[in-house]
Parts: sequence; structure tokens; C-alpha cells
Amino acid sequence: MKGEKVYVIPCSGIGKATASVGREAAYRVIEDLMPEDTDTLCLSLLTMGDDEARGKVRESRVLTIDGCGKDCARLNVEASGKAPDITHRTHDFLKKHRELQPEGVLDIGENGRKLMEIMSEEIAAEIRDLLEEGD
Amino acid sequence: MELETRPKMVGVLSCSGEAEPEGTIARNAVRLVMEKYYPGIAVSLCLPLYLAGDEGERKFAQTFPVITVDGCEKACALKATEKYSGEVEDAIDIRALLREWGVTEKLSRSHPGELEWELTERVAREIVQKIDKLIKEGKVQARSRG
Repeated sequence: MKGEKVYVIPCSGIGKATASVGREAAYRVIEDLMPEDTDTLCLSLLTMGDDEARGKVRESRVLTIDGCGKDCARLNVEASGKAPDITHRTHDFLKKHRELQPEGVLDIGENGRKLMEIMSEEIAAEIRDLLEEGD
Repeated sequence: MELETRPKMVGVLSCSGEAEPEGTIARNAVRLVMEKYYPGIAVSLCLPLYLAGDEGERKFAQTFPVITVDGCEKACALKATEKYSGEVEDAIDIRALLREWGVTEKLSRSHPGELEWELTERVAREIVQKIDKLIKEGKVQARSRG
């Protein structure tokens, strides 16, 4: 599995600040913490049934991050023919850090950024474990 | 007395576009329209809910006149709406707009800076013009901003 990218796929969440936190955490992982080992793709490509996007998901390991209980990221990945290897909801992190309520969708605020940092560190650690298991 | 049956809101639906800078501009522009320009009139839906959601969500384009806002030529928002929900009233392709505006700078998908926010505002104003047009044409029962 060396050289294989893990796809980190956040939900598209246009209406909830928790979705923005999840998306920013995904960017933090793929651009800053683990750029060599991770990538993302547009969730809407999966919704549309795009063959290339579905192929990437089926042939790679996938971690989803959802901003609400509708679980769009997880369900759209599953609909492409594969269950994600790891699934997360921003709310699960928020339950452990209730003081870090994000502010808004466009600007998650200082608390939202702190929550995003915690999420991204935990997610990066899980991905390292996943990659080690696969080697 | 005739009953007013026109919709009172406009659906503005962005692609998710997490992988592309234009996708981030699309999401943020839609949100700006909802918060700043047409609060209470512009409504949206997370695009992947067409698959993950229920019948109500799939009826989005039958309930509201919809403007789709896509980051790139793959036009996920437009195509997914037509596939799962219904016809759209209007559509925006941000990558085509940026070409038209002569924008050649490399843009960030994750850390929008001054340029990305300026472009987001311009796209938001494009969306506003399209909503204004729908109101003027009588397809929405709402007051135009101007």
C-alpha cells in the first residue's frame, strides 16, 4: 500500500458551522499535516456518479467527516460501492470539547479553529495508523 | 380572490467543490447571498443530500426555482439537480466567469485570501442579478433588493 493516498472526504455542508469545521480539518490534514499521503475529491462528483471519482474511492482507503447527522459524506461514499475505512462527525469532537462551539459557516471563529486543530491532529494520527497497518 | 401560489424563495445550489478553489468560491458566494444579500429568500441545500436525503430534498427544484453555482465545467450542481430533482432556472460556471474576467492567478481552495474573497463577492453579485431577474419575471413572490 506504499504510495497510496488516503482520501479524506468532508461533507459539503453549506448550512452548518460544524460542516465548515469538518471541511477545514480535512484541508489541514491534506495540505499541511500529511500532504504526501492524503488527498480529497469533490463529494458532488460522487453524488453525480462520476466514474473516475467512484474508481478512486473504491480503490483507496477513505475517511469521511460529516457535519451533521444526515451523514452525506459517508452515505455518498457508500453509494459508490465501498464503505469508508474511518468515519467521523464533527459533533463527536464537539461533545468532548463543548466549550469550542464554532461561530458561523463562513467564519468558524477562534473556538471553531481550535476544534478544527484538535480534529485534524486526531485524524492525522488515525491515518498514520491506517497506513502502517497497510504496509 | 385569486390565491398567490408563486414560491417566496429561490433555491441557490452550490457544487461541493472541496477539491477545487472555484468550489470554495462557489460555496462561499452562495452563503454570502443567503446571509448578506437575500436573507430569508435565498435558500440552499447540501448537494449530496440528493443521494443521502429524503423525498423532500429531492423535490427541491420542484419546490423552488433553482440557480446552480458550479465551480468548474463538470457542472455537478447543474447535472445532479437535473438528474435527481428537476429543471433549473439558471446556472453559473465560475471557472468560465474567471476566464471572462481575466483571472489567471493561482487560487487557494483552503485559505481564501483577499483575491479569493473579492472574487467570491463578484460571484455573489452575479447570483444576486439572477435572483433579481427571477423576481422581475414574476417567478418568485419577493421584493427585489433594488
